[in-house]
Amino acid sequence: MSTRAIGDVILDLQNISLRFGGVKALTDISFDVREHEIRAIIGPNGAGKSSMLNVINGVYRPQEGNIVFRGEKRHNMEPHKAAEAGFARTFQNIALFKGMSVLDNLMTGRNLKMRSNFLLQALWWGPARREELEHRRKVEEVIDFLEIEHIRKTPVGRLPYGLQKRVELGRALAAEPSILLLDEPMAGMNVEEKQDMCRFILDVNDQFGTTIILIEHDMGVVMDISDRVVVLDYGRKIGDGAPDEVKNNPDVIAAYLGTQH
Amino acid sequence: MSDPTMGERLDTFPRYLLHHARVRGERPAMREKDMGIWQTWTWAEVAVEVRALAAGLAELGFRRGENLAIIGDNRPRLYWTMCAVQMLGGVPVPLYQDAVAGEMLFVLQDAEIRFAIVEDQEQVDKLLEIREQCPALQHILFDEPRGMRHYTQTFLQSMDEVMAMGRIHDSNSHDFLDAEIARGSPGDVAVMLYTSGTTGKPKGVCQTHSSFITAAKSGVEFDHLGASEDILSYLPMAWVGDHLFSYAQALVAGFTINCPESGDTVMNDLREIGPTYYFAPPRVFENLLTQVMIRMEDAGQLKRGLFHYFMKVAKRCGAEILDAGVKNAGNVPFSDRFNYALGNLLIYAPLRNVLGMSRIRVAYTAGAAIGPDLFRFYRSIGVNLKQLYGSTETCAAVCFQPDGEIKFDSVGKPAPGVEVKIAANGEVLVRGGMMLKEYYKRPDATAESLDAEGYFLTGDAGFIDADGHLKIIDRAKDVGKLAGGAVFAPNYVENKLKFFQYIKEAVCFGHDRDMVCAFINIDMGAVGNWAERRNIAYSGYTDLAGKAEVLELVQQCVEEVNAELARDAMLAETQVHRFLVLHKELDPDDDELTRTRKVRRGFIAEKYAVLIEALYGGKTSQFIETQVKFEDGRSGKVAADLVIRDVKTLPVVKKAA
Repeated sequence: MSTRAIGDVILDLQNISLRFGGVKALTDISFDVREHEIRAIIGPNGAGKSSMLNVINGVYRPQEGNIVFRGEKRHNMEPHKAAEAGFARTFQNIALFKGMSVLDNLMTGRNLKMRSNFLLQALWWGPARREELEHRRKVEEVIDFLEIEHIRKTPVGRLPYGLQKRVELGRALAAEPSILLLDEPMAGMNVEEKQDMCRFILDVNDQFGTTIILIEHDMGVVMDISDRVVVLDYGRKIGDGAPDEVKNNPDVIAAYLGTQH
Repeated sequence: MSDPTMGERLDTFPRYLLHHARVRGERPAMREKDMGIWQTWTWAEVAVEVRALAAGLAELGFRRGENLAIIGDNRPRLYWTMCAVQMLGGVPVPLYQDAVAGEMLFVLQDAEIRFAIVEDQEQVDKLLEIREQCPALQHILFDEPRGMRHYTQTFLQSMDEVMAMGRIHDSNSHDFLDAEIARGSPGDVAVMLYTSGTTGKPKGVCQTHSSFITAAKSGVEFDHLGASEDILSYLPMAWVGDHLFSYAQALVAGFTINCPESGDTVMNDLREIGPTYYFAPPRVFENLLTQVMIRMEDAGQLKRGLFHYFMKVAKRCGAEILDAGVKNAGNVPFSDRFNYALGNLLIYAPLRNVLGMSRIRVAYTAGAAIGPDLFRFYRSIGVNLKQLYGSTETCAAVCFQPDGEIKFDSVGKPAPGVEVKIAANGEVLVRGGMMLKEYYKRPDATAESLDAEGYFLTGDAGFIDADGHLKIIDRAKDVGKLAGGAVFAPNYVENKLKFFQYIKEAVCFGHDRDMVCAFINIDMGAVGNWAERRNIAYSGYTDLAGKAEVLELVQQCVEEVNAELARDAMLAETQVHRFLVLHKELDPDDDELTRTRKVRRGFIAEKYAVLIEALYGGKTSQFIETQVKFEDGRSGKVAADLVIRDVKTLPVVKKAA
């Protein structure tokens, strides 16, 4: 499909268990993510997919297990450290600033890269000004990439859902991430919007070499675009491998279609 | 403009370019919005770039007399391509960028295209799809490198590469291009534009430098256009109108052209640029007005009240006041003038600003008939909108409406140096310096369309009124007769129907029949909004088009048209007796419309023969299922049970008595 070469393991999740009181969200889950690959996490509702994503970028602290990121072993991630390490994400329920324009929303994605201090930024003076121009240029590249020129100055709240999703992806891209976490990027979209989103995800992966971990319900999409798929059910891992392998895994079929008792 | 030509022969477009680079080298020639910022190229810079491109093409082996295809949106580099090709004595052939690969095939084969310069990956993919069938096609150059990384074919090259190569070549042997430019003569074919093909296969219209320069000059002089004009170039480059305004006139007058960021941002870009000279087909003006009206419906009561009050004032006297600026006719009462000035402050000026028309000195429309209400609306809010008449074969420059002599139903007076006469069968004949040299490789068609005295047969039926204005009623070949013998001009009736904002397309039938019946397409935006305000729920076009309330709405429009037709003794017989609202929108992708959105009446009649039978057979409804093509090339089916309605017709006033 493309010339990108899938590299070594950069993120290794080892025996992760996560509990909320007596509720076991994740039980003893291990899988790894290689550089430049598209890794999908699938599973029925309540399988623990979003929890898994939250463990990866440090929002949740697992009770057991280790996360090895680029050779560095730790018990859990911290959200701000994850962001600094090049993680960016989108959310299942869109989390944009509805009253702000698309452009301003994307600029917030650059926040972490701002070097000048708060005071200089507020005064928009000297280095802060030069810096902002540089960031604006980056953001314009993202706008161009996602083909959203026509809504640059439109408040996000006024946009249709599919476009809001695209803007959210844009904000994540504005941070120039090395690993992109996408939580149901295609939920609630029509066929055409899904096709567009697929194309953008593949392009991001292809052009910038970004590693992508995504959660998705649409099986067609997952099987089409991902390199490897991990399947969760009731907080346990029941399958892991290339899309074709997973598709024929009896446990996976059972989890999705049910079994005869 | 002083005359700084100093003995230069300004008789080809490349010479014009070098002339401007010398005379007004620092003035902006082109702008394009890229990465959110307007990028500017001066005339001097454009000349350098065009030379680089021309030299690069010559290096690749492009030869004098060859055709080169240009496919893409309005991008500066594609305009440069035109001039670069002309420098080498070649002929640029712009194609409609939204055509599917299959439609491009004919032109690529007919013009024996060896070189194509295209905008981006999308267009490259189309050409790759049909490359097998075009063995002549050897070089494809692309402007936008995005997405092209994995294309390894050696016949694909980026324009950057070719221009870099050309820069070296041109600096090593500057004389080469100068000699090539010197070899150009005004009688050379400058551009080949394919006719949209309402009938049969498209034909390549060969226009010389001389004819397009004549056409451009007459327009420039007619409206006193100077080097300070700004225009927005957003219409397809393959269309004669864009070629005249964005290329020929821009080069002759030396004004600035501005390319929008993308097709979706045209409205925004229009506001940012504020063109002084503007050209759009009627449907663009119509869409703009529809948008304004929809937004006004949602505005607060005070704003809406003000808007409607002052629009009434404008309707009463706006157009007269605009004309008065030229003829200085002070017959507008003082109270009206005062009201209009107030309205200008509160409504018209802000509205012009929203439309991006604040700086417009002259705006033109052509390509189809424009509704009198629509036309009057723009003139009444102070936009100097005028009509012109012309075709691809006549460089779109036969008639212009002179300032101060605007008639809503005429297309104006013949341009200086153009002769217009009406043939015995009512067809409009034209002769002048702006005419085609020939149809490409079609001597038969050339001979058919030019008569012995050198008049071009336009194929339009019309007449010249008492003031010397030309009035067009229909295509000459479309004018038919009802079974009763009355003259039937289908376009005339269709246009009357389309002037209602709720009706997007109409197709009328009646030739050799005893009455006129019509297919109608509703306007999704306007009718959708209308339905929402009445709490009528609908799921899509087919559903909305079938609603009884909508049919009632359309029926009212048709009855109004009938009332109007009944007043004209000549046309009273052609009132619409029965109609139906089609279950799908007529679409160029389904071959029902041409790329310029003209209806293909014959094709439609064949495709929907069942419906026509039902209309004339007296049925009250008819089931139909139709195949449709989606934009991504897949196809699906739309089916519906169409209700056929009878319309009240009025007795023919004179004849019935």
